[in-house]
Amino acid sequence: MPALEKTTREVLDLAETHFKLQPGSLSAEDDFFKKLGIDSMQTLELLSRLENHFGIELPDYEVQGVSDFKTLAERIQSRL
Amino acid sequence: MKSFEGKALRWQWREGVLELTLDRPPANEIGTLMLGELEQFVRAAEALAPETSACILASGQKNGFSAGADLRELYQGAVALDGPASLAGVRSFLERIHAVLNWLDEAPFVTIAAVHGVCFGGGLELALVSDVLIADKMARFAFPELRLGLIPGFGGIPRLKRDLPNGFVRDLLLTGRSVNAARAQAVGLVAQLAAEGQALAIARSTAAQVVKFDPATRIAAKRFIKPLPREELRREIEIFCELFARPAVMSGLKRFVENSGPMPHQP
Repeated sequence: MPALEKTTREVLDLAETHFKLQPGSLSAEDDFFKKLGIDSMQTLELLSRLENHFGIELPDYEVQGVSDFKTLAERIQSRL
Repeated sequence: MKSFEGKALRWQWREGVLELTLDRPPANEIGTLMLGELEQFVRAAEALAPETSACILASGQKNGFSAGADLRELYQGAVALDGPASLAGVRSFLERIHAVLNWLDEAPFVTIAAVHGVCFGGGLELALVSDVLIADKMARFAFPELRLGLIPGFGGIPRLKRDLPNGFVRDLLLTGRSVNAARAQAVGLVAQLAAEGQALAIARSTAAQVVKFDPATRIAAKRFIKPLPREELRREIEIFCELFARPAVMSGLKRFVENSGPMPHQP
């Protein structure tokens, strides 16, 4: 599986687990703010969980304005 | 008095340990109410110091330790007053918060911050006075003040300069990004990492360890290792006030107050 697809899948799995959603209920193109209904504090928590999971740092300014899982995975991929 | 229940915080003393809990929704923003009660706390802590070995700084709010200064109050105050009166109010607030934080920084007992969630701006400046910072692994730290056209004003830069490598301080300050607890531990900002929801429990066990040491030795060690950067703290107030007088700051505060996006700490 290409690396980006694998990263995207891991991001989706992590979000589904953390927000207690059915496996497969999120897709790469979903707007996570709309789909998950998260506020600014939950956004930071999700950022921490992603950083801890992938063992990277993802500066806020790189994910500012990002709202879909695929673009988020691309940002993560650039730090792996 | 060995316990206090205020509107923004509460504290209690038990067996040589003072425990201060910030508890003002939504995220312990530090405004005049919080400052007034912190001043009350310091007066009580001074009186209790001879029989106190450790003090825990914690938060009762699920969102985190503190999101920083109450910027809505700051903005509303600046709108209501003319320039010179507004600046005089800001200077007075800074003088008072510096007095509180400087006393805590040099307190004759060991201060332990138990941090979870957001620890931003003025909240991080409060945590920085602690001798030992214990962080939940999901905690995040940031100095986002530059987005307002300001520098941190509660003693942040002098204390960061005292305690941490300059390269990390520049990254934190000049990018305004937030860093996670693991990174904060790697650079020495965080002393101990806690599992999710365990920071306060670990702070309490650390306080129980501190109580075992001889008070005079503990105070001597702390004074030797942790000098207060007085001149730089004074200079910080001057720089903050010089910057605050510019119109760009009001624009930055207005943008923040009106921002309902997911990252209001970013420009």
